[in-house]
Amino acid sequence: MTINTLAKGGLQPEQMSCFRKMEKVLVAMQDPDMGMKMRNQRLLITVIPHAMTGHDIITWLIQKYHICEEEALHLGEMLVKYGYIYPLKEPRCLVLRPDESPYRFQTPYFWTSTRWPASELDYAIYLAKKNIRKQGELVEYEKERYSLLHKRINHTWDFVVMQAREQLRASKQRRKADRIVLECQEQAYWLINRPPPGVQNMLDWGLERPNNFSTRVPLIETSRRALGRNRVKSSICLEGFVKYSEQYQNHDPIMQGCLPSNPWISDDIAYWTMNSEIVPVPTRLRVERWSFSFMELLSDAMGRREFMTYLEKEFSAENLHFWQECEEIRHGESSKIIEKVEDVYKNFLAPGAARWVNIDSKTMDKTLEGIKRPHRFVMDDAQMHIYFLMKKDSYPRYLKSDLYKNMLAKAVVPQETKKSVFPFMRRQRHSSPSPAQAGAPAAEEDGRAGTNSAAGSHF
Amino acid sequence: VQVNPVKSQPTTSPLIPEMATQEVQLNETLAHLKTESETLKTKLEEERAKLHDVELHQVAEKVEALGQFVMKTRRTLKGHGNKVLCMDWCKDKRRIVSSSQDGKVIVWDAFTTNKEHAVTMPCTWVMACAYAPSGCAVACGGLDNKCSVYPLSLDKNENLAAKKKSVAMHTNYLSACSFTNSDMQILTSSGDGTCALWDVESGQLLQSFHGHAADVLCLDLAPSETGNTFVSGGCDKKANVWDMRSGQCIQSFETHESDINSVRYYPSGDAFASGSDDATCRLYDLRADREVAIYSKESIIFGVSSVDFSLSGRLLFGGYNDYTINVWDVLKGTRVSILFGHENRVSTLRVSPDGTAFCTGSWDHTLRIWA
Repeated sequence: MTINTLAKGGLQPEQMSCFRKMEKVLVAMQDPDMGMKMRNQRLLITVIPHAMTGHDIITWLIQKYHICEEEALHLGEMLVKYGYIYPLKEPRCLVLRPDESPYRFQTPYFWTSTRWPASELDYAIYLAKKNIRKQGELVEYEKERYSLLHKRINHTWDFVVMQAREQLRASKQRRKADRIVLECQEQAYWLINRPPPGVQNMLDWGLERPNNFSTRVPLIETSRRALGRNRVKSSICLEGFVKYSEQYQNHDPIMQGCLPSNPWISDDIAYWTMNSEIVPVPTRLRVERWSFSFMELLSDAMGRREFMTYLEKEFSAENLHFWQECEEIRHGESSKIIEKVEDVYKNFLAPGAARWVNIDSKTMDKTLEGIKRPHRFVMDDAQMHIYFLMKKDSYPRYLKSDLYKNMLAKAVVPQETKKSVFPFMRRQRHSSPSPAQAGAPAAEEDGRAGTNSAAGSHF
Repeated sequence: VQVNPVKSQPTTSPLIPEMATQEVQLNETLAHLKTESETLKTKLEEERAKLHDVELHQVAEKVEALGQFVMKTRRTLKGHGNKVLCMDWCKDKRRIVSSSQDGKVIVWDAFTTNKEHAVTMPCTWVMACAYAPSGCAVACGGLDNKCSVYPLSLDKNENLAAKKKSVAMHTNYLSACSFTNSDMQILTSSGDGTCALWDVESGQLLQSFHGHAADVLCLDLAPSETGNTFVSGGCDKKANVWDMRSGQCIQSFETHESDINSVRYYPSGDAFASGSDDATCRLYDLRADREVAIYSKESIIFGVSSVDFSLSGRLLFGGYNDYTINVWDVLKGTRVSILFGHENRVSTLRVSPDGTAFCTGSWDHTLRIWA
């Protein structure tokens, strides 16, 4: 694994794809009909052609992509930061100003994607040119790098100086406007490929992904199996998403807010306190959710407790106990599997067991056979059978029962927190006991630092 | 695919012509298999298309449009000294664990912004971290090719690294890890092209998952009632759905144009979303067995690093490499909002367990909580 910040091999596909997309934007911006209006820009006493203002860039982006000003500014800024557009005023600062500041398109010769990787030799020549052209034009970090390069590629230094002088002489023969443009273009290129210290390195792409492509032929078996799948019509599946989102909309705090308030916004943890694992009176939304699916009921500790109470009344609580024990086997420690399987067999499956569960003979036979060599998934079939039994039979009846209806009736609907009289007064953010507290039950935070109301929840 | 190994040479015939013939046979076999594979793929696409009678945004026409969205940074967590690469929420809805390029793994109470634990890994680029369901441990790994579990101790004097437990071992970098329903098992994905399920106690490999043709970058466990599947995404542009018990790949989707950086299940478990370097997020329906939506915009040029759904599944949040977060209407396919704030790539994004906020981690060394 190598850290892909400096030139190493070619550009990664991710980088090329981004560059290509930005270049497409550039091309669209320069389209003779739909592109940007260019004008001449006056820089001190020189007139630079084919320039545009920051404001123009942003306006064009807004119109082309139907985005807001903030987004256009952000996108435009990316184009500047990656060197596709460079500023004429304050050229060392690659920033997009949404005003009359002048900018120009970078020539494809200096696109990062074209000249990759940037070579040390070229950088040395560039710094040498600057040094020769005007004493003191090199800033501090450039001076440091210049002397470092001088040490490192000392053997080619004559060549470096010669090239620099040659390029300077050639440029003196150009018009002043062209010379300024070329200097700006080159400077912008090096600001990106050799960023100043403290400036973000735009060409930092993180870890190079080796892309360990194997030369295996794509699995035929998988495709064959896939062909044999039962598929459901799109209309039915997609309708499912609409229904699900509708059902859960009121329960989605980001979409609908939550009562009494969102703790992250109000700094008040009442919402969390009211919805702790075990509370004296649950909220109405929470009890409603138990009716959405059997999974919802079982995954809520209080819901599960209520359901157990109901099953006890119906003399079928062994089903839920069995299911819970099977969960323990599936997700528990490997070392305890054999012991737990034995317990489950004794308590639930053996003939005359105290809490015998009613499984069909085929599943029972298969399970008993599997128990001879117990493993983590040996109870899966039996567990699923009982799960679906509860889901299809006991669960719907529970939802119609008085037990559930009463729970729903006395469930609390929190009041929305009234906005503070002094809106800028920040509430004190209280810490909560860490779940990592060894041995101690996770106590409920009650809004007052230092007191623990042991509401007895557990993990 | 099994290809018959080259037979041993008979002693009477000359060596070279034999081998040449067999090599030609090998190449023909491979070519034949490739053609068969392509044919099957085409057939599969035809079968999938037959049942595709409507688009998601058409079904969603009757749904009320979403109003203006206002989400802001509510907390900024500063403390990492380098790029934040990964984060995960604790089940208590307020604590998080985060990991970074400089090897640091930090546990925060995001609500108060206090740091509660810190560990320095022996490697850099800790790309994966996960909070245990009990809240008593965290798992992490990266360039060390391993996934290690650190029990969280409240004794300030205790060196967390002392109790570290090495669980998973891959032959390349660890890209993602996740505890299953308990503290006892961990699922990992790696740059070596495989995923694996491990027993935490013994460090034993319980199951391995082969099928990706390149680095696997992400995974997510299905919230189904039978809880036995997970999805993974990789550099081969494929998203694979796996059976955890058998190790088999039961479904595969290949419609992205570049690496898949993030996969996340829709809350019902019937679908999952993916985010890719091709700058799009996509939704795949598991029952229809096809891609059912693409979330993209011409002005969005940079790759998606991380995706997650809001609690109801109506919103999809995407963290992007251009430092922004885009919020998508999952049903209508439109971009609802764009959020600014980070000063470098957003590398990780997770919605909190109760859906009250989401957290982003960035290369700008910070984490932000948005609500």
